[in-house]
Amino acid sequence: MLTLRKLPVRLAAVATFAVASTFGVAAHATDITGAGSSFVYPVMSKWSAAYAEKTGNRLNYQSIGSGAGIAQIKEGTIDFGASDAPMKAEDLKKYGLGQFPIVVGGIVPVVNIAGVQAGQVKLDGATLADIFLGKIRNWNDPKIAALNAGLALPAGKITVVHRSDGSGTSFNFTNYLSKVSPEWASKVKFGTAVEWPTGVGGKGNEGVSQYVRQIKGSIGYVEYAYAVKNKISWVELKNAAGNIVSPTATSFAAAAATADWASAKDFNLIMTNAPGEQAWPITATTWMIMYKTPKNAGNSKVAFDFFKYALEHGQQAASELDYVPLPASLVSQIEAYWAAEFKH
Amino acid sequence: MTTATTDILEQRSRRDARHERLFRWLLKACALLVLASLLGAAAATLWGGRDAFATFGWHFLVSSEWDPGNEVYGALVPVYGTLATSFIALLIAVPISFGIAVYLSEVAPAWLRTPVASAIELLAGIPSIIYGMWGLFIFAPFFAEHVKPWLTNNLGNQPDDGQLSWVAEHVPFVGKLFGSSYPFGASILVAGIVLAIMIIPFISSVMREVFQTVPTRLKESAYALGSSTWEVSWDIVLPYTRSAVIGGIFLGLGRALGETMAVTFVLGNAMQLSASLLDPGTSIASTIANQFSEAVGLQKSALMALAFLLFVVTFIVLLIARLMLRRLASKEGR
Repeated sequence: MLTLRKLPVRLAAVATFAVASTFGVAAHATDITGAGSSFVYPVMSKWSAAYAEKTGNRLNYQSIGSGAGIAQIKEGTIDFGASDAPMKAEDLKKYGLGQFPIVVGGIVPVVNIAGVQAGQVKLDGATLADIFLGKIRNWNDPKIAALNAGLALPAGKITVVHRSDGSGTSFNFTNYLSKVSPEWASKVKFGTAVEWPTGVGGKGNEGVSQYVRQIKGSIGYVEYAYAVKNKISWVELKNAAGNIVSPTATSFAAAAATADWASAKDFNLIMTNAPGEQAWPITATTWMIMYKTPKNAGNSKVAFDFFKYALEHGQQAASELDYVPLPASLVSQIEAYWAAEFKH
Repeated sequence: MTTATTDILEQRSRRDARHERLFRWLLKACALLVLASLLGAAAATLWGGRDAFATFGWHFLVSSEWDPGNEVYGALVPVYGTLATSFIALLIAVPISFGIAVYLSEVAPAWLRTPVASAIELLAGIPSIIYGMWGLFIFAPFFAEHVKPWLTNNLGNQPDDGQLSWVAEHVPFVGKLFGSSYPFGASILVAGIVLAIMIIPFISSVMREVFQTVPTRLKESAYALGSSTWEVSWDIVLPYTRSAVIGGIFLGLGRALGETMAVTFVLGNAMQLSASLLDPGTSIASTIANQFSEAVGLQKSALMALAFLLFVVTFIVLLIARLMLRRLASKEGR
C-alpha cells in the first residue's frame, strides 16, 4: 500500500526469510509470521499491536505483495499468507491450503475536473470501462452527459491514470471492468498488472493520487482512504442493481453482505459488481491463506486466535483506517469454515 | 658466520616468496570475486528468464507488447525507454560537466575550488528516491506548466491551435519528437533531464580530478604561446585526459542505464511505444521495480529476461565505448 513504507519492510522480509529458511520455522512459539498483500498492511499492524498488548503473542506481518505471500506460504516458511486475489480451488487442494476473507475495503474512481466536487460526477460500469479503454476521450462525451443530467462538464481531454506497479487494487478494479464490459474482458482481461490501453502509470496509491491532482481532466482509481486523505473528488457509480451509490462504509459493507459467499467454495469469490441494492461495485477483500494441517500447530493456533480477535473485536480499528469490518453473517460463515476445514 | 648469514637470507627470501604468493592469490581472489558475481548475476537472470526466452524467442526483443492479461511479453518499449532516457541524460550532462570541470580546474579562484568540489561530491551522494520525489512533485508539474506547452506549440506536430510551426513543418522528425497530446510532465524527456542532474556530479567530479593531473608545464607552454583558456582546455587538457574523461562519462552512463527509483517516478510508466519525447514511456529497471513484487509465472520470467537484457545493453554500450577509445588511441599515433 505505502511504497515508501514498504521498502524497509521488504528488506526486513528478505532478511527474515533468509534466517527462517536457515533455521526452520520453529522459532518462538508465540511469534507468528504472515506475509503478502500490502492492501491489508495498515490494519494488520494495528490489529497486531492491539493483539500483542492483550495476549503477549506477537504477529510479524510483512507486506511483500500478494504473489510473494502465496509463494512463501506454499514453501511453508510463514504461518499464513495474505493475497488480494483468491487462490484457485485446485491449487488450494494441491497444497492442502484453506483461505478466508479478513476485511473489506473500497476502491473508488477519482477525477480532477475544474469545478467538480466529490460525488458530483456519476458513471456506470460500461462508461468507466470505455474511458479506460480510451474510447471515450472527452469529458463532454454524450455517454457521460447522459449519466450526469444537470451537471455541465467542461470540454476537455480525459487522461487516464492507472497503477504502474502490480497491485491488488488494480486486480479488483480491472476485475470489475471485465465484469461490466465484454470488450475489456476479451481485450485487456484482469490481473494485478495489465496492458493498459491508454494513460499514464503512477506508482502506488500515492503515485496515482499525485498524478490525478496534477493533471487536469484526469481520472484514476485509488483505495478509498487515499481519496479521502488527499481530498480528491471521487465519482459515484451505478451498481449492478441499477442504483447510483456513493463510496461509504455502508455501501462497502452492503457489497460484502450481498456477495454470494455461501455458494463460493473456499470463499473463492471476487466481490466486485456485487448484487445488493446499495452495494458499492468496486469492493475488495484480502484472503488469509493457511495450511489445513499445519506443520507448526502451536503457531497456527495462535494465528486463528488472532484472526478471531480481528474479526470479532477489530472492527473499530478497521473503521478508523477506512476499511470495513466483515458483516456478522460472513464472520459466522468463516468460523464455521475454520471448524470444518482446519485442524487446530 | 657466512653460512649463517646465507641461511638467514635464504629463509627470508623463502618467506618473502611465500608472502608474495599469498598476496597474489588474495588479489586474484578479489578480482575473481567481481567476475564471479557479474557472471553469477547474468547467469541467474538468464536462467530466471529462460521461460520467457523459450516462449517468445527473438520476438521478445522486437515486440512492443507487454500484456500480462494475455501473457504476451516483449521488451522493445522498456529497452527503448532505457536507451532514450540515458542518451538524453548524456547529451545534457556531458557538456555541463565539462564546463564545471574546466571552470573548477582552470578558471575559478583557488578559494572557490574546494567548496564547490565538495558540494558536487555531496550531490553525488543524494539517494535517487529524493531526485524522484523532486521530479514528481516539483519539476514535472513545472515542466508541464511552463516548458511543455512551448515545446509542443513551437516544435511539435500536435500544437494546441492546430497551426504547425515552421520547424515542425520543415525539419524532419522534430515534429514527431515534440508532439504530444498528454497534458502532464512525466515523460521520456523529463526522465532524461532528471537523470542528467543525477549523473552530472559523477561525470564532473571525475573530469575535475583528471584535469588536475595535466602537467602545469604543458598548460603554461600553451598559454605562453598565446592560447586562450578555451584552446588550452580543448587542445591540451582534454586530449591529455581523454581516456579518463570517457571513463567518467561511461560511469555516468552506467548509472543512468540502471537508475530505477527516480525514473519510475518521472517516466510515466506507460507501456506504449511513441516517437515523442514528451510522451510517457517506461524503462527496464522501472518495469522490474513496478511489477516484480506481484508477478508470477511467465510474467516473472519475462521480468528476469528484461534484467538479463539490461546486462546485455550495458555490456554493448561499454563495448562501444572501448572500441571508440581504441580508435582514438590508434589515431593518436599518426
